[in-house]
Amino acid sequence: MNDAPPPDGGWDDQGYPGWFQRVSGVGSSVGQAVLVPALAVLTALIIGAFIIAITDVDTLRIWGSDPGEAFGLTMSGIFDAYKALFVGSVGSPRAISETLYAATPLILAGLAVAVGFQAGLFNIGVNGQMLIGGMAGLWVGFTFSLPMIIHIPLVVIAAIVFGGMWAAIAGFLKARTGAHEVITTIMLNFIALYLIDYLLKSSWFQEPGRNDPISKPANPSAHFPTLGDYRLNIGFVIALGAVWFVWWLMYRSTIGFEFRAVGFNPSGAKYAGMNVAWIYVAVMAVSGALAGIGGANQILGLEPYRGISNFAGTVGFDAIALALLGRSHPVGVLIAGLLFGALRAGGREMQGAAGIPIDLVLVLQALIIVMIAAPELVRAIYRIKTPEEETGTTISTGWGG
Amino acid sequence: MTTATSTSDVPVRTRATPQERRATGVGIVLIVLGVFVFWAFGLGSEPGADATFNLSLPGATFENITWVVSARWLAFAVAVILAFLGGMILRRSNVRWTNLALAIGLILFALAFLTWAAGGKSFSLVGMLRSTVLLSVPVTLGAMTGLMCERVAVINIAIEGQLLTAAFVGTIVGSAWGIWAGLVGAMLTGALLGAVLAVLAIKFRIDQIIAGVVINIFALGLTSFLARRVLSEAPDLNSPGRFTAFKIPILGDIPVLGPMFFEHNLFVYATFILVIVLHFGLFYTRWGLRSRSVGEHPKAADTVGINVYRTRYRNVILGGFIAGFGGAFFTLAQVSRFEENLTAGIGFIGLAAMIFGRWMPLGVFGAGLVFGFALALQQKLGILGTPIPSEFLSMTPYIVTIIVVAGVVGRARPPAADGKPYIKD
Amino acid sequence: MALELRGITKQFPGVLANDDVNLSVAEGETVALLGENGAGKTTLMNILYGLYTPTSGEVLIDGAPLTLNSPGDAIAAGIGMVHQHFMLVPVFTVAENVILGDEPTKRIGWLDKRRARKTVTEISSRYKLQVDPDAVVEDLPVGVQQRVEIIKVLEREARYVVFDEPTSVLTPTEVEGFFRIVEGLKADGKGIIFISHKLGEALEIADRIVIMRRGKTVAEVRPEDVDETQLAELMVGRPVDLVVHREESNPGDVVLAVEGLTVLDDRLQRAVDDVSFTVRSGEIVGIAGVQGNGQTELVETLTGLRPSLGGTVMLGDADITTESPRAIHNRAIAHVPEDRQESGLILPFSVTENIILDSYHQEPISHGVRMDWDAARKRAERLVEEYDVRTPGIDVLVSTLSGGNQQKVIVAREFDRDVTLVIASQPTRGIDVGSIEYIHSRIVEERDQGAAVLIVSSELDEITALSDRILVMFEGRIAGEFDGSASTTEIGLAMLGSQSEEEAS
Repeated sequence: MNDAPPPDGGWDDQGYPGWFQRVSGVGSSVGQAVLVPALAVLTALIIGAFIIAITDVDTLRIWGSDPGEAFGLTMSGIFDAYKALFVGSVGSPRAISETLYAATPLILAGLAVAVGFQAGLFNIGVNGQMLIGGMAGLWVGFTFSLPMIIHIPLVVIAAIVFGGMWAAIAGFLKARTGAHEVITTIMLNFIALYLIDYLLKSSWFQEPGRNDPISKPANPSAHFPTLGDYRLNIGFVIALGAVWFVWWLMYRSTIGFEFRAVGFNPSGAKYAGMNVAWIYVAVMAVSGALAGIGGANQILGLEPYRGISNFAGTVGFDAIALALLGRSHPVGVLIAGLLFGALRAGGREMQGAAGIPIDLVLVLQALIIVMIAAPELVRAIYRIKTPEEETGTTISTGWGG
Repeated sequence: MTTATSTSDVPVRTRATPQERRATGVGIVLIVLGVFVFWAFGLGSEPGADATFNLSLPGATFENITWVVSARWLAFAVAVILAFLGGMILRRSNVRWTNLALAIGLILFALAFLTWAAGGKSFSLVGMLRSTVLLSVPVTLGAMTGLMCERVAVINIAIEGQLLTAAFVGTIVGSAWGIWAGLVGAMLTGALLGAVLAVLAIKFRIDQIIAGVVINIFALGLTSFLARRVLSEAPDLNSPGRFTAFKIPILGDIPVLGPMFFEHNLFVYATFILVIVLHFGLFYTRWGLRSRSVGEHPKAADTVGINVYRTRYRNVILGGFIAGFGGAFFTLAQVSRFEENLTAGIGFIGLAAMIFGRWMPLGVFGAGLVFGFALALQQKLGILGTPIPSEFLSMTPYIVTIIVVAGVVGRARPPAADGKPYIKD
Repeated sequence: MALELRGITKQFPGVLANDDVNLSVAEGETVALLGENGAGKTTLMNILYGLYTPTSGEVLIDGAPLTLNSPGDAIAAGIGMVHQHFMLVPVFTVAENVILGDEPTKRIGWLDKRRARKTVTEISSRYKLQVDPDAVVEDLPVGVQQRVEIIKVLEREARYVVFDEPTSVLTPTEVEGFFRIVEGLKADGKGIIFISHKLGEALEIADRIVIMRRGKTVAEVRPEDVDETQLAELMVGRPVDLVVHREESNPGDVVLAVEGLTVLDDRLQRAVDDVSFTVRSGEIVGIAGVQGNGQTELVETLTGLRPSLGGTVMLGDADITTESPRAIHNRAIAHVPEDRQESGLILPFSVTENIILDSYHQEPISHGVRMDWDAARKRAERLVEEYDVRTPGIDVLVSTLSGGNQQKVIVAREFDRDVTLVIASQPTRGIDVGSIEYIHSRIVEERDQGAAVLIVSSELDEITALSDRILVMFEGRIAGEFDGSASTTEIGLAMLGSQSEEEAS
């Protein structure tokens, strides 16, 4: 254990956190925390423009014969696409409501992943947890008919419990057998997918008279109340509440202290008397609970208030990007969620108005993550000085056991 | 005062070791399985329902070999054996045989299950065995990719993305310029993504799991996007040819084993060869010794002059070629077109196979066969028409993976430096 | 015929590790390089071995300058290094480790295992370094592993051999064996550099002693001209009291009673084999022994971190054999773990967060589930003051502290309550002399306040300086018991146990 003497003078940049870090627990200054993600988003948009250009099959054919025309078409194609993106996300009150509406499940799922990351766990199973939690909420939704003020909390509780339990399976396996949660949660995703399909075709859930996997509708008292005639609903409020809750949990409670300790150094946590195995289970349970609420939102916050096959879509994978983008901090996840919500809302407009498949949004997201996960990459592109503490993000330590 | 040493003659009653506790668990599991088999498959079969297993394919040199067995009695026999094995393991003196007993028990359980499912019907057992080998190929290839990377201490979660993207490129290039070109294109794609992973993990020292997950998301998004934007416009770019199966003379005529191993397409034979090449390469050549040293103790390798970074780049990219080859299997041999999310988690199952096979090529091949069996089971049972709903059948490979990972991991040792970036001061 | 480092300067960001250092070794000569942790010895040797490039200065052999950009260059120039933490791949065999990087091969890179084995046995018999070429390194005892490292160096025909802290992992008998090996190498004309902080050994084996402090060479002496105290003073720069001042102990009741304890290690071997001993209040019991004889597992079991296979651990009247770490902690047992960075601290946490690591779940640091950060910070401020922890603030990440101050954080945390039993494992490993003095005095203070103290250390000097009673552990058993005034030789003999293979060298 070689012991370098402390640097002479100038402790200032050597890990002495200012007010921002103490409040938020983040290891860098405000500027740093915002600059790199902002540049990452910008770069992604640029690359996205390039992808739009070269996949415009029709225009590509024209390059050979009339380059000038083709260039003009390409440029206008890109312009139309991004204009639609902008208009669709923030161009009108309706657009903003769509953005917030799209952001809701993303924020919840992102929080789920972020909680896991803070404790050193990779919860890739958010998709499956959303499905299970959502189905539980749906069941409560169509089985009972109660005053809304009781019914909706009941739905949310069901989603929390079942989403949490599904995730806790992976946590339990890790605690007991050391099975790595990346594999187990992904497998549980697939299992959940098929399980949902089965349930949707079973008599408990299936709409009578239908042959395809679609459920009975939830009773009106369970529908999440909306804002006017926009799609934005109470789910967004719940998401905001979740952000506050996660912040309080991680930085103001003993439980969060344990989660973070285990995430940074499971061995040190063990020596401090923490029961690391049970903490893993608890982390996954909290994570799954958050995901479960997100799943419930996907059914009860949306016409026609029925469950269908794979109703969680790709939210689970986007959530990973969100957590990385937000540096696993609840406020960061909130902002990232709003950003991705904007991309989603705008992306729909982009598909409708400019004919660009919505999967481009996925590509943009992936590009953003790559650059977030590799701050050096962004810095290298834009030649920014590195702060001392960035030597790479390391969360994993191999396959465990 | 103190007694410094004490040698007591009375043997101290000791608490159970972890091995013994696991053995107890396994013993109980076996007995429970035995009871289940007795009740579900034994009593659950009609008396007189015979399962007819076809052991040869139509048109083979040795035709019409069948095995007829009473579902009931086989189940009873298996139940007894399971109970016996379970009871045997529960005795502390037999703890060593735990894994073997478990393996035998599971094989017998599968047999009893199949026999029950095939009760009163005819079922091509040889066809199922053949599918096992065929379907094990992408899993094994994915596992080999993971193995190549992890042996130099780089965790590769991106195998799924490599397979998917390679499959995509394979279909486009294959449609445009023929299946061999498609194969080459796929392999290059796999290597390219491997290079990306290598750069992210080695140069930028990003957490390797994050890097892998990111590549997967990127691959899924990009291929889905392009499939919709490009392939739907130009469907002729999504119909490559296929590598067809061909029989190896003489070896292919052996009953049961012949069709199982020697009547396949190029990919299967190549996998066999790859397993052997990697086995000898890793353990008998200089390349293998150096690679393994980088994975176990990179600092030691560095101090004898081995370039750790270069070794890691090289092996991860080689692994990428293998992944590309595996990806090509999907679109150039198995189905002959690309669909969204074609690989459906096979890359991750491959990782489980790698752990199950303890990071050794021969072990990985065996593990791949186990998963191939689960995949084949899913297919064939659908045809048989059992009372089990199809969705539960689809879950089989994934449940098997969880069981494998949970049951094996804690006891297997990955390369010592796995997952840790190497920082050369 | 000499190896020379001339005017070596190495600047790291914020640290001047080597400042115009000069060092030379002639063939057939042994030079000891002494200095505290952080003095720059390892940096200098890493430059010599091609792992770093000097900011200025050069390395010369026989007057000709060398370019050393990698270990390969150093090896080619005839410089060999035996590292403090062995550079051996644990799962490889001896032969595989020796040939790594210089493998004999047949066509297509196929390893010639027979030739490898032959090379190993040749060198082994020539220099009397007994090894089995097919043994797997991780199964070998540490003294034998060291021989493998030496064979590695000799296989590449080194003319100069550098030993980095070679005796820190050896028993006294193995140290004797090591000295004989060094003499054999000297007789063969090799030039030897021997890095150490063990003053006595330097005096015994070196022809010349060079002392480094804060990156500079401050003195060069001959062993016949100095004694240990003078060397210590040169190393630290001020007069050093090598003796710990403690009064006679007054042992009271038995606090800790271990009876027939047996513990398995991670490889399911018996690491602790039927061990029994007691510790009384007001006494310090030291467990001596080279690392790897079961001390780590013993401490883990006593603190609840590892299950035992058989036997009992009693604290007063209570049976704590199977209690959890937290329960044991709540019984007023302080534990200073042997690996402070991995087990004792959470490096990315602040000083405050580390100080409350054991008490975060109790009043007044938390109320139920809610953390009270004000109370936490107050405690941290108090303890930092009281235990003289050199830190710019309590919100700094603890990773930025020096080793000695990190250890003080741990000690502060553990000792800040009424403690009945202290278990300290390798309490002063790798920290500066000033902090060592401080921690030793704190431990004696706890004893004087009535605590029972159990110390585990592989530094025999530390054990003899602190202990009222000494136990020796070898291969999982208590191999000897001594009064605190026993001599090092007596204790060293007790470490013999059944060392039949070591005697062969």
